[in-house]
Order: sequence, then C-alpha cells, then structure tokens
Amino acid sequence: MIIALDVENLALIRAHRVLFRDLRFSVPAGALLSIEGPNGVGKTSLLRLIAGFLRPAAGTVRFKTGASAVEDAEERGGFVGWLGHQDAVKPQMSVREQLAFFARLHGARSGEAALATFGLAHLADLPGQFLSAGQRRRLALARLKLGGRPLWLMDEPLAALDSTGKKLASDAITAHCAAGGIVLAATHEPLGLAGETLRLGSAA
Amino acid sequence: MTAFMALLIRDLRLAVRAGGGAALALAFFASVVTLVPLGVGPDLKLLARIAGGVLWVSAVLAALLCLDRLFQADYEDGSLDLIALSPLPLEAAAFAKIAAHWLATGLPLTLLSGVLAILYNLPAAGSGALALSLIIGTPAVSAIGAVGAALTLSVRRGGLILPLIVLPLLAPAVIFGSGAVLAALDAISNGSLLLLAAFSLLGVLLAPFAAAAAVRLNLAS
Repeated sequence: MIIALDVENLALIRAHRVLFRDLRFSVPAGALLSIEGPNGVGKTSLLRLIAGFLRPAAGTVRFKTGASAVEDAEERGGFVGWLGHQDAVKPQMSVREQLAFFARLHGARSGEAALATFGLAHLADLPGQFLSAGQRRRLALARLKLGGRPLWLMDEPLAALDSTGKKLASDAITAHCAAGGIVLAATHEPLGLAGETLRLGSAA
Repeated sequence: MTAFMALLIRDLRLAVRAGGGAALALAFFASVVTLVPLGVGPDLKLLARIAGGVLWVSAVLAALLCLDRLFQADYEDGSLDLIALSPLPLEAAAFAKIAAHWLATGLPLTLLSGVLAILYNLPAAGSGALALSLIIGTPAVSAIGAVGAALTLSVRRGGLILPLIVLPLLAPAVIFGSGAVLAALDAISNGSLLLLAAFSLLGVLLAPFAAAAAVRLNLAS
C-alpha cells in the first residue's frame, strides 16, 4: 500500500517545448488531488509521467511505501490504476468477458461484483461495440476498481457520464480515498469532492 | 501464468471473431496458393518443384496480413497502457501475443497446406516435409513479425511499412522451409529442417524482448 506520493522538481519536455518545470507536490494517503489547467498544458502528460510511461527531463517521482521508496518507472507501474481518456473497450468482446479478462490479468477475483456496482449488470452480455460512450466509461471505471491498485490516475474521470454515472464515479473515488488510496484526477469539471487542487500552467 | 493465459485466450478470441483477421489470412493463403497453378499451367513436374516455395511465401504473406494489428489495436484503444501496467511483464505479454497469433494463423495454415499441396501434385514425402517445415518455421514468422508490429504500432498505415521491415528478416525461414521440401522430393538430406528449427528457436526466444522494448519506446512518445 502506498503511504504517499512525492513529486520533486519535476520537468517535462515534449516536442521541444517545456510543458512544466520545478513542479513539486506531495499527496498523502487517502487524499484526492485534482489537476486543472487549460488544454495542452500537460495534464495527461503528467499522469503518464507519474505512471512511468514518460521519462522526466529532470526531477523525481517517488512512491513512499512504508519504510521503502519506489522511484523506478517500471516498478511504479505496479502501484498504478489507470483510467486513460480512452476506455480500452474491445468492440468484439462482451462486457463480462472484458472484465473477466482484466480480473485474470490482475489475479483478482471475478468481475461480477464490479458489474453491479457500476450499473452494468444488464449489459453484461452485450458486445463492446453496442455500448454508449457513458457505458464504456462505466466499464473503464469498473475495471479500475477491480484492479485494486493503491494509486488511481484518472484522466477526465467524469467524461461522457450521466448524472448517475458521475455519482458512481465520485462514490468510487471517495471510497478509494477512505480506504487509504490516493487519487490524481486531471479534470475540467469540478469533481465536487474534498481535496487539493493543482493548477498547471498558471504562474507555476 | 493465469495472466499469461488470460491474455493469450483474449487475443485468440479477438483474432477468430469478426474483424480479427485470422479467417482472412487463411482465405488469402488459400486463394494465392490456388491461383499460382492456374498461372503456371498444368506442368505437374514443375508444380511439384515450386510447391514448397509458393506455399512458404504465401504463408509468410498471409501471416503478415493480420500482424500489423497485433499491438496497434491495443495501442489505439488504450488497452496497451493497461497491459503495460498489469502484473504481467511486457516481455511475457509480447510472448502471449505471439503465441496467440501463431495459434490463430501459423497452425491453421500448416493444417491447410496438406490439402493445398494436392493442387501441386506434391508426393506424400514432400507434403510431409512441407507441413513439418511450416509447423517448425511459422512460429518464427509470428515472433519476428511481432517485433515489426511493435516497432510500427504508432505509425499510421503501419501495415505498409511492416512487410518492408519484416520480410528481409524472414528470408531464412523461406529458404530453409522450401529447401526442406525440395530435399524431401530428391530424397536427400540437406539439414534445412535443422537450420529452420535453429532459426525459429532463436527468433521465438529473442523476439519477445525486442517487441517489449519497442512497445515501451512507443508508449513513451
């Protein structure tokens, strides 16, 4: 379980452009950090950097786990639950199959409980191609919860969701934080939840 | 192991379902192999001599046909991010994908080759050698092809560049594979099958590491 996330002096260069520099923040266990800022300011890139996909130009990302600290990008990936802006839904596989695959990939128990939690039970046997954008988002959220990772990195978690879906998403975030997890959410819409906000691109 | 099998079964499922391309590869293989005797004419001796080469080249092209989507489909819809972050190492994931591709194309191509060899008046010994060479050699096609697929996964129309990268690397498989068929026809032993086995083994061993490195490179851009 992660105790805290520490970011020090982080700088990222993309396409010969400095997206951000000297970025520093830390998030304690059980906290939610919203990342805000205009389009193209580097919110998604920051999430990908923390997940270990991108390498920073300078600085460190550290996951503090009890006595030890994890800095290696590859190792960090093992703590990350990822909700990208794409939903990773396969058109040819049913909702149940996709959740079951993800569960087995993570050595988790079956995905049936997650189906019900996110209101997908009646869609379980429907192939992914017939899902609406909001339903695909719910599937992605169900998968995130199923993974059981301590640090959730969410890119626009509320995108395409209806009001019930938004409630489900914020409930999942609240429950995750209450259980000692950390949530980083890049978002334009206010989540309406208690937590710090990191504003990128403004006099940073 | 569960995670490995989960990915293998998922990829196999996606390959055989609509739009997966496994059936397409088989149909392509069958049509090309059927077309060549129509072009060459009814010279039974000649057909038996070229059978190994034609079937091997067609098998390689057919396997490449559905190879470009091996990583690209997962890259485009975001699944590759999830697979990269899963407990399954990327090398193992690449190996699972190679295995699934082989089970969906290489293996059925081999089985089909027995039937198609009849069109070429290939005697039983040649037909057996062909099937043996295909079953030994097609894993290398899937494996080396996967490296090309991983390198081109973020390239639009990468399917067109993929053969340019992969075909030269697969030349040894075609040479040894068709060589084994000719050796069987002439009732000599030229070691083609052993060389093919060595090539295939090396390819399957090294390819997952190369493919995983290429995927990492692409995810970081």
